[in-house]
Amino acid sequence: MRYLLVEDNLELSEAVVNRLALDGHAVDHAASLAEAEEWLSIASYDLILLDVMLPDGDGRDFLARSRARIETPVIVLTARSQVSDRVGALDQGADDYITKPFDFSELEARCRAVLRRRGGSARNEIDLGEAVFDPLAGTLSHHGTTLELRNREIRLLEVFARHQGQILSKSQLLDQLFSYDAQVTENAIEVYVGRLRRRIDGMGLRIETVRGVGYRIETRAP
Amino acid sequence: MTGTGSIGRRLTLLLALVAALLSVLSWSMVTGLSRQAVARTQDNVLAASATTIAETLRSEQGEVRLELPYSAFSMLGAISQDRVFYRVSAGDRVLTGYDDLPSPTGAAPGIGQVVFDTGDYSNETIRMASVTRLVLAGGQPVPVTVTVAQTRSGVSTISADLSRQAAILSVAFFLVAVGFSAIAARTSLRPLNEIAASVSRRGPSDLRPLRRDAPTELAPLMLSLNRLMGRLGQSIRRSEDFIAEAAHRIRTPLATVRAQAEIALRSVGDETEKRRLRQIIRAVDESSRSAGQLLDHATVIYRTDDLALSPVDLAELVGQTAAALEPTAAMKEIRLDVAATPARVMGDPVLLDNALRNVLDNAIKYSPEETEVSIRVTTKEDQVHITVTDEGPGLGDGPLGALTERFRRGDDTQGIVGSGLGLTIAEDVLLAHDGRLDLKNRDGGTGTCVTLVLPCS
Repeated sequence: MRYLLVEDNLELSEAVVNRLALDGHAVDHAASLAEAEEWLSIASYDLILLDVMLPDGDGRDFLARSRARIETPVIVLTARSQVSDRVGALDQGADDYITKPFDFSELEARCRAVLRRRGGSARNEIDLGEAVFDPLAGTLSHHGTTLELRNREIRLLEVFARHQGQILSKSQLLDQLFSYDAQVTENAIEVYVGRLRRRIDGMGLRIETVRGVGYRIETRAP
Repeated sequence: MTGTGSIGRRLTLLLALVAALLSVLSWSMVTGLSRQAVARTQDNVLAASATTIAETLRSEQGEVRLELPYSAFSMLGAISQDRVFYRVSAGDRVLTGYDDLPSPTGAAPGIGQVVFDTGDYSNETIRMASVTRLVLAGGQPVPVTVTVAQTRSGVSTISADLSRQAAILSVAFFLVAVGFSAIAARTSLRPLNEIAASVSRRGPSDLRPLRRDAPTELAPLMLSLNRLMGRLGQSIRRSEDFIAEAAHRIRTPLATVRAQAEIALRSVGDETEKRRLRQIIRAVDESSRSAGQLLDHATVIYRTDDLALSPVDLAELVGQTAAALEPTAAMKEIRLDVAATPARVMGDPVLLDNALRNVLDNAIKYSPEETEVSIRVTTKEDQVHITVTDEGPGLGDGPLGALTERFRRGDDTQGIVGSGLGLTIAEDVLLAHDGRLDLKNRDGGTGTCVTLVLPCS
């Protein structure tokens, strides 16, 4: 997916850009509303992440102003919580908002929800051999059969899909799925992988256990 | 109004007091004047009567003779029905009339002069007039005194009548004056009331200066009121800005740390390092959450001080709040099951949303994965209940009331990020809405059941 990040704090911007890049997303960064206007005039995005407090104005004013022109879904990044916000971000035309600091898995979950709600014009399908995986819609299709996946299954399959042919350790999977939840152990990963394996049975995919190392997704060539 | 009482009542009372004084004064003046006028009329008639009788005195064969003219008495009958007495005496000899009628005392009368006096005769007060004339009798001038007297009761009746009429007029004047005073007081206080009404009609957040015409006397009050509102507005804006700025300053660097830590977590292989990074992320979440809830709490406190009430459909509000938390719940494969009937209450939707959000947030946080959190909106008599039930570990055996205390957390909170302010905020919001927060362990099975109780509008 292609993101436009509008955020004036450079350290945060760099971290967000790098972090989203790790998940395979392309991110352009604008440090001001004026810069954001420039990017929007030359490129099209799947999603805009918009900060509220910017040097050349309030992000929400920009949103209210340009809502008619820009059809791209917007998620507002705010440091304020809803009670202390005099004007709600959602009233100004944002699709959702997320409070800083945010968990990237949650950001992705919210992005997915927004894009699904918007009817998702973005083609976001990943080919997995004979099967086609759409992480946005949360569907896996194979020879006319479409499987609806649940949130955690989508995220787990997405990690495998982005690392086709690679062996992923339990620890790596844990990091990508639960960045902070200290209660989740590597045993949980075994449970989730086992469940996903049963769910995608017969869809032309296989999650193989590499003893002592981890897991790898096996696809059948189309 | 207490303390110094009502200005209107005081003004009316003062004006009525002045009117009463004037009424009494005018009544007593009218009474005095009428009594004087009646007395003078009687005196004049008595004098005229005595003089008329004295005119008829003549000497005949050395004797003093007189004729009592009818007119001398009929004129006295004209003013009242009082009894009339008379006496004509030459020296000590009574020529005609009532022997025992007293004669005016005091200075000896000059010839031809009329002397008046008041005395008692046959148990009644009488008014007397005497005139002395010299009559030549037997070549000698003899002083003859004519005294005419009249009782005063009829005259007093007349002046009493006049006095009563004056009293009726005075009372009428007083009543009219009191009426006018009340109207005058109300009219002159109307601008004050209008200002008060226009201030109280405003919403709690409307701090624009008052722009209306006011009498000169109220201009200083208006000016200071507007200044006060200006200062109040400024201080509210300043604290809102401060809270926003504080949140921004605290959370932006935390967001950077968190993002960097997540990136680092991907690139390091060593388990010890990973554990440290997870601890960093956890600490960041913990402090950002605490900062957020502290600032929320501050905002909630000043918003509840002066609630901006509007009609809120709780079913709609619950739907929106649940939808906003849906992605967070989906991360743990928790299903939010909402069932609501329309229920209207009067409240601050932002605060109510925040209270529900805190309760839901807790439910999601403490629920195990792949469970259900149910949210029910029901109306019971004149109350609306929003019941949030989870399948988490429940509230433990500790005192339930203590859970809404500031920074208090339950027993089984190990490993879960929280500040202990969520339920405090929710309870503060509900109390400000005349509602309450009920906490209990779920009936049948483990879990927590939190009910937000609000009065129906």
